[in-house]
Amino acid sequence: MVPVKRVVDYNVKVRVKADGTGVETANVKMSMNPFDEIALEEAVRLKEAGTATEIIAVSCGLATSQETLRTALAIGADRAILVETGVELQPLAVAKLLRAVAQKENPGLVLLGKQAIDDDCNQTGQMFAALMGWAQGTFASKVKVEGDKVSVTREVDGGLETVSLKLPAAITVDLRLNEPRYVTLPNIMKAKKKPLEVLKPDALGVDVAPRLVTLRVEEPPKRKAGVKVPDAKTLVEKLKNEAKVIQ
Amino acid sequence: MSILVIAEHDNLSIKTATLNALGAAAQIGGEVDVLVAGSGCAAAGQAAGAIPGVKKVLVADAPLYGGQLAENLAALVVGIASGYTHILAAATSNGKNVMPRIAALLDVAQVSEIIAVKSPDTFVRPIYAGAALATVQCKDTVKVITVRTTGFDAVSAGGGSAAVESVAAGADPELSALVGREIVKSNRPELAAARIVVSGGRGMGSGENFKILEPLADKLGAALGASRAAVDAGYVSNDLQVGQTGKVVAPELYIAVGISGAIQHLAGMQDSGVIVAINKDEEAPIFQVADYGIVGDLFLVVPELVKELG
Repeated sequence: MVPVKRVVDYNVKVRVKADGTGVETANVKMSMNPFDEIALEEAVRLKEAGTATEIIAVSCGLATSQETLRTALAIGADRAILVETGVELQPLAVAKLLRAVAQKENPGLVLLGKQAIDDDCNQTGQMFAALMGWAQGTFASKVKVEGDKVSVTREVDGGLETVSLKLPAAITVDLRLNEPRYVTLPNIMKAKKKPLEVLKPDALGVDVAPRLVTLRVEEPPKRKAGVKVPDAKTLVEKLKNEAKVIQ
Repeated sequence: MSILVIAEHDNLSIKTATLNALGAAAQIGGEVDVLVAGSGCAAAGQAAGAIPGVKKVLVADAPLYGGQLAENLAALVVGIASGYTHILAAATSNGKNVMPRIAALLDVAQVSEIIAVKSPDTFVRPIYAGAALATVQCKDTVKVITVRTTGFDAVSAGGGSAAVESVAAGADPELSALVGREIVKSNRPELAAARIVVSGGRGMGSGENFKILEPLADKLGAALGASRAAVDAGYVSNDLQVGQTGKVVAPELYIAVGISGAIQHLAGMQDSGVIVAINKDEEAPIFQVADYGIVGDLFLVVPELVKELG
């Protein structure tokens, strides 16, 4: 099972709304969260290697997330589930929805992106693992299924760390796990025929009410461009005498 | 208010990142306890006791905490969480790993990577790679928070005398095991806490070329960093990555060499005191945030800079 999130495309220059309630998302290009794409690619590779038998893509949010799920189906998911709601979903609520779906589908492994590039929370995978009572392998740069265990190499502050997790487990993926494939036109056509089921949080018995209230969203203080200096000599002078950051 | 700060340590001493998290705890206000969980971590427990402003240090010393596994740590913290209004940790790879697990087990939200405390329940955190700042209010009874270290001054590490108590180890959930670590050894300062950082990007061209930054870093006593592009290309290891999904740094001086300045990279360094950019492309976005820029070939400019530094 691979949860995917529809987010503002990573190339878009995000603008804060004038009324300070959020960022502008109208008429902005949306895409699948890049980390989720990597998670999905890993799932497809596990299936190609004969380790996984079926891939279910799951998204939680507005009806427009169906587009993201179609992309997931084109990349290689076999079927898709949308948990549709207009409520602002926070990580704990998403983790609970994913738990409800996982309890129905009984996946052997759940691969997630380590963070969404919109809210930058980095929480959902860990929360989902906690709610399931599963092991978690976060920030994965290498995943190897070995019988009833999975070995996960994690990118940590000092370098790399390898953990062995009991399956089923939740793994959140980092940038260097793989390079996602491009979606081809024949696969986009095929994806249109793949099953996409729509569920509602109420039917899953999940309370998705937000726990955090966003009071205000504002632009950060802007740095001003400084000066160009002609050479290393001038730079060292400026750093010593003007900025006083070196001696 | 009663705050529990989960310490990051190497069994002997407390990491600077935790001192920053304690800085945030001080701004929230109230009594502050510190949890030191590890295997053979008595010395780190003592070190935590010396931090001024800490009321009590809880030491959980048992083999199952030696690997800092999220499953084991979260179970321990949930067992001792009652009575605390806030649970804090630095937003390091450890903190990011374990804190959401604790929050979910307590059925509360987590507030990730706060950079400011407005009130005991209201915090500021960056979203969209720092393109916007959100002020959020947490309605849950326990606030689980990770602290972006660059947002808060570190508290001092010595002079206090807190009580040190041991807490019983919890049961081992037996879900996971640490197999091994490949920790990159370096004599340079820690990237996240360095006073000066010298970073290289795609413009370095190769891992071999990256070495020309070493004499510069040596001269300045700087830590080495890198952009995502340089790490993806395999020039340097992942622990050097600065940016939205890597480390966030705010040194007094940040020297960006051959880095174009994608917003994802700026997210990790734009709070630096003084930014220097060296890039051959004068249109590179990095110059829009740099205090001093040199447009030129880094392979000529960097050696000159080393020479000028004497």
